[in-house]
Amino acid sequence: MNIHTSRRAFLSGLIVAVALPGLARAQQKSGAAAFFNELPEGSGEMSANAFIRVAPDNTVTVLIKHIEFGQGPYTGLTTLVAEEMDADWSQMRAAAAPADVEKYANLAFGMQGTGGSTAMANSFMQMRKAGAGARAMLVAAAAERFGVPADHITIDKGIISAGDQSATFGELAEAAAQQTAPEDPPVKDPAQFKLIGTDLPKVDSSAKTDGSAQFTLDVYRDGMLTVVVAHPPKFGAKVASFDDSAALQVSGVQKVAQVPTGVAVYADNTYAALKGRDALEIEWDEAEAETRSSDAMIEEWTTAAKAGGKWEVVKTGDVEAALEGSEIVEATYVFPYLAHTPMEPLDAVVELRDGEAEVWMGSQMQTGDQGTIAKILGVENVRLHTMLAGGSFGRRATPDSHFAAEAAEVAKANGKGAVKLMWTREDDVQGGYYRPLTVHHMRAALDDQGGIKAWDHGIAAQSVVMGTPFEAMLQGGPDFTAFEGANELHYAMANHRLRWAQMESPIPTLWWRSVGHTHTGYAVECFIDELLEKAGKDPIEGRLALMGDDHPRERAVLERVAEMADQSGDYGYGVAVVKSFGTYVAQIAEIEDRGGIPHVHRVWCAVDCGLAVNPNVVRAQMEGGIGYGISAALYSEITLDEGGLIRQQNWDSYRILRIPEMPAIEVVIIPSAEAPTGVGEPGTPPIAPAIANAWRRMTGNATRRLPIIPVA
Amino acid sequence: MTISFTVNGEERSVDVDPDTPLLWVLRDELRLTGTKFGCGIAQCGACTVHLDGSPRRSCVTPVSMVEGSDITTIEGLSGPEAEAVQAAWRALDVPQCGYCQSGQVMSATALLQQVSSPSDEDIDNAMAGNICRCATYVRIRQAIHDAAKTLEG
Repeated sequence: MNIHTSRRAFLSGLIVAVALPGLARAQQKSGAAAFFNELPEGSGEMSANAFIRVAPDNTVTVLIKHIEFGQGPYTGLTTLVAEEMDADWSQMRAAAAPADVEKYANLAFGMQGTGGSTAMANSFMQMRKAGAGARAMLVAAAAERFGVPADHITIDKGIISAGDQSATFGELAEAAAQQTAPEDPPVKDPAQFKLIGTDLPKVDSSAKTDGSAQFTLDVYRDGMLTVVVAHPPKFGAKVASFDDSAALQVSGVQKVAQVPTGVAVYADNTYAALKGRDALEIEWDEAEAETRSSDAMIEEWTTAAKAGGKWEVVKTGDVEAALEGSEIVEATYVFPYLAHTPMEPLDAVVELRDGEAEVWMGSQMQTGDQGTIAKILGVENVRLHTMLAGGSFGRRATPDSHFAAEAAEVAKANGKGAVKLMWTREDDVQGGYYRPLTVHHMRAALDDQGGIKAWDHGIAAQSVVMGTPFEAMLQGGPDFTAFEGANELHYAMANHRLRWAQMESPIPTLWWRSVGHTHTGYAVECFIDELLEKAGKDPIEGRLALMGDDHPRERAVLERVAEMADQSGDYGYGVAVVKSFGTYVAQIAEIEDRGGIPHVHRVWCAVDCGLAVNPNVVRAQMEGGIGYGISAALYSEITLDEGGLIRQQNWDSYRILRIPEMPAIEVVIIPSAEAPTGVGEPGTPPIAPAIANAWRRMTGNATRRLPIIPVA
Repeated sequence: MTISFTVNGEERSVDVDPDTPLLWVLRDELRLTGTKFGCGIAQCGACTVHLDGSPRRSCVTPVSMVEGSDITTIEGLSGPEAEAVQAAWRALDVPQCGYCQSGQVMSATALLQQVSSPSDEDIDNAMAGNICRCATYVRIRQAIHDAAKTLEG
């Protein structure tokens, strides 16, 4: 690969590439905006602001620092660049940026990674500036070639012109790379946007429709061994001893090795590895294992939630005094452990060579994963390719990089060569890193006008962050991910207390699509709905009254969803409004009672995410977020039986939403000129309380323990 | 043991353990990676292929059972129904993460080959075995209806 650059161009972000290999098959045919599965060679040398490549073939490639697993950054971030360059959408390409914290840090984190629905928010100005800088260099090159002042140049849909002279980006790419990059190029006034705010076709739809999109599981290297690891049946257990003689008899099994997380079986192909693992005989040391059942833990957690715990997070007024002598309304809400079960189970390919390693992985926290692998393998140079990932919902964003570590350990035990580590669905369902089991205990009292006099809230849950390398972000404070959404309420509370009890277990926990909001949104919105009903207030008017004038964006989504929803059917209706990650979402669910079991018939959704860069992607994320939330509301639960064994194994026992259970969904986006906020997570929190509120108003049954349909 | 069958119109022979699921033969031996692994127990449909014209979960189909059969994977999918389905999928931007979509497209194409104008209930019945964890189901349903309309002409 031959790249012509000057040092100035290097620093400016405009790189001219002569050839770009690795183009996915589908895009070569279609000529539409598209993406590269694999980063073009030579990109490892790109400089700090090197987000854009213009090739002589007139394609513009945007290097995307965030992982793409369906939430749309490949399309969204490419749109920002195309907008500022005045490019034509069909000439745009996206490609995964290398793992390199110096160049590609998430500006909200200070390290490279994706999460908290920050991809668009942290990239919005950065990518626009990169596009504006590239445009300025193309304009300067055109001014020289055409012999006209720069301000005589116009660009429209990728054609640069002045008078009767014109050129494409590709024709000017080499000359533009020689131009001085502007320090701080001006970006467009939003009134001039042509692409931002429109439903541009996604860059990855085509390759994801014809099977050509490449995921980590699709990576095959010469001589590669496939590896599965036998993990302990209980959390906290360890290998005591093992007998691999039968496993080694399996045709195709090459090797068995103990690694810190279990016993690894290496084979020529996947099936041999699986059969080899089945043939292992392992004695486990369960001295440190979690042996409590879910029921026992819920009892303990409930006691702790009632007691309040050591962290007093909110203390406004005097809750105890306000509750004294009042009629107290009380509720306890129980949320089970939940697995994320992304469609593609965790996997990684590691190729170990002399003093360096190359890794292919759907890494959501590149900086941590890369560093972990380097440390375990004892090599400085780890080239990490961020692959498309088959979903995540938080599962790939592990503060302890446990999966990267297991992949590195497996590679280390094997020595030089390539290994593919794959978790099966059973490994995934039983492997932990769950949404924490959480219990909320709530007490409140109404005043004479039906307002809320006191609101006392206790939460018992494990910390996702404490004891991990991410603990520093808490700065000595409590783990806000355990209670976010319950601390800042959009309802007026004269007396408000929130306490968090940190619970302990060897079961590793993790953020799960929308993190704390998945349970705080439920507890707050269900409890408020019960209080309003008790006070004889309408669920929407009552909420608006409690919001007052301090929460205009919450009000707007709630008022909009109330206008949208047709609540005249012979069904149950329930509402919820949750702000998460800076995005405001209100939903109304229409529920049918099918023989004592709720069926979600229709959902209306109003969302305010600031400026909607691609409204179609925003709608898709609301639809998907609602579907993901319905699984948890109605069906999903990880349960530990007495002794600590996990009852669920695969999607036969860990039930999730299927197409017959998917409601019709109508989404409206509130027009906004505010900076864009994320949409990957905020669609999820309101749906479970909206369903539960509808169900309670319809049947009189308040659901205090999820899922609503008990696990058999 | 050598087993022979046709994949996407080509004669193929593989020498593998006869118990090996067809899924792993397609992926590991033939490098047809569009067919995905999701569960291994016929719960999710990510591994759906057409076996002698009918949708089949390749993760629970031992390769010994397909001796002499005609297999189509997403890479070899063709014909008016497939084209209509894939065009509708692109037009509606159905995929999110995309991992399940090969299986979804295989099931949807098989449905339209059997039922030219499916009802919502037909779609539910034909597609209930295909999980999409991103829950793109609203668009899958719409895309199948759109594809059926395209085929009507």
